[in-house]
Amino acid sequence: MGKYLQRHLQTALFSLGKLYRRPVATVLTATVIGITLALPAGLHLMMQNVNSVGYSWEGTLKASLFLNKSVDEAAGQALARRLQSEDGVANAQYISRAQALEEFKALSGFGQALDLLNDNPLPAVIVVQPRTTQTPEQIDSMMRKLSAIPEVEQAKLDQQWLDRLFAILSIVQRGVLIIALLLAVAVVLTVGNTIRLDIENRRDEIVIMKLVGASDAFVRRPFLYTGFWYGLLGAFVAFVFVTAAVILLAGPAAKLSGLYQSSFVLQGLGFSQTLLLFAVGVGLGWFGAFWTVARHLGSVVPR
Amino acid sequence: MSDIIHFHRVSKRYPGGNDALSEVSFTLGSGEMAFLTGHSGAGKSTLLKLTALIERPTRGQVVINGQNTAKVKRWGVPKFRRQIGMIFQNFSLLYDRTVFDNVALPLVIRGEDDKTIARRVRAALDTVGLLKKEKQHPIVLSGGEQQRVGIARAIVTKPPLILADEPTGNLDPALSAEIMDLFQRFNDVGVSLLIATHDIPLIERMPHRVINLAGGRLADPADLPKAEPA
Ligand SMILES: Nc1ncnc2c1ncn2[C@@H]1O[C@H](COP(=O)(O)OP(=O)(O)OP(=O)(O)O)[C@@H](O)[C@H]1O
Ligand SMILES: [Mg+2]
Repeated sequence: MGKYLQRHLQTALFSLGKLYRRPVATVLTATVIGITLALPAGLHLMMQNVNSVGYSWEGTLKASLFLNKSVDEAAGQALARRLQSEDGVANAQYISRAQALEEFKALSGFGQALDLLNDNPLPAVIVVQPRTTQTPEQIDSMMRKLSAIPEVEQAKLDQQWLDRLFAILSIVQRGVLIIALLLAVAVVLTVGNTIRLDIENRRDEIVIMKLVGASDAFVRRPFLYTGFWYGLLGAFVAFVFVTAAVILLAGPAAKLSGLYQSSFVLQGLGFSQTLLLFAVGVGLGWFGAFWTVARHLGSVVPR
Repeated sequence: MSDIIHFHRVSKRYPGGNDALSEVSFTLGSGEMAFLTGHSGAGKSTLLKLTALIERPTRGQVVINGQNTAKVKRWGVPKFRRQIGMIFQNFSLLYDRTVFDNVALPLVIRGEDDKTIARRVRAALDTVGLLKKEKQHPIVLSGGEQQRVGIARAIVTKPPLILADEPTGNLDPALSAEIMDLFQRFNDVGVSLLIATHDIPLIERMPHRVINLAGGRLADPADLPKAEPA
């Protein structure tokens, strides 16, 4: 068993040595694979960040509960206090009709015009801030409960834009998945083509090995390791590209989220995502090699 | 069975209609050394290829070391070939590896451990007189030395049968004689050898059977073309 592992290690190092002796070709191939892997990884990261922007802005979400005119100030205050203690509610603030009118006057600029009205047309409002830890569905059901309260004439959640954002994101997510699949095929083809050339160049060597009794598995092994190394190097290049992009974008993103008083911070590749990137790179490299070797090695026989 | 090679009415037709061998029957006894001669295109290489399963016969039976080659499946060929040491006119060495690594190849393929490999490679290199060149690359060696590396590679696994296809074809007479002496020494310790060659003067001085091919058929060895004065 130890002997077997030692042989594999030797073959792996032998393949790496072959790549090391052609540094330019190796770096070029690894870069092509790296860019191909970086694209879906970067897109995925972008999606995830936009998603978390959505959620972080959910913190600034407010539901307005417009109260019946028959509800007086004391009852309104009491209701606000009751809501405040509800589970999904972060904050509930009562705004009396008079306050509402004052605010409206100040914000709208219709001050004098409104003085002409005999009656205050505005209802009292309770402004409710949902807790940010909730899913959109939970917020939905909470809103239904709030609008069912008898004192509440109408409950309005300003979240349409958020719904649209999430809807668009789910479409884009599917697009990213399709792009990722296409690019995975591209990686397999890149590795495959490189290894096909490698097989052509080492035709004599393969023939000699077969003549002295090498099994197919033995002849195949160094090529599979070549695919492995290409995948690993490609994943490393992709990791560098994506991380560099995150670093370059972190400053502007922080500025932007500052403007919106958002707690949003641009996220880079996490540990498990980095691991996944390398696993996918190695897997595709290995598969590309395996597929090519299966197709081409059989035709390289002694004559 | 004490024959190492047994051909029974073997014919080989290459795709394209070339009859390279027709109805060839012969045996090589275990421990025997024989020469295979004939004009260019007579079918010498084809006969050796059928023996090593590089080609398959169109008709007839090839039995090697008691094993009917028709029963050896494609995936069984590597294992089958490991009982044969093969030597080629063009040496067929790996020029990006050292002499040591070239000779070690058949042992590496068999998954031997490093200690066994080192010991047996040095023994083989010692036999062919190249122990001091183990760290060099074949490209810096002379033709005769390169062929001796090829021979060391063929014997490093101690196969019962050695096939050589014009092993001295690229060498001058003195070197050729050295190589033949080497073969004789293997035969002395019981290895069977079948050596294809054009070199009539070289084999005439050795006391071994000559199998003569003409146009793909066995011919009388008495018909050997007489050695031309150099
Ligand atoms: N792969 C092949 N495909 C088609 N015909 C072939 C093939 N190999 C050999 N032949 C033909 O078979 C015949 C015998 O060839 P072979 O190589 O066995 O001869 P040989 O005795 O080794 O000749 P030489 O002394 O020139 O090496 C020749 O007519 C040759 O053209
Ligand atoms: Mg020939």
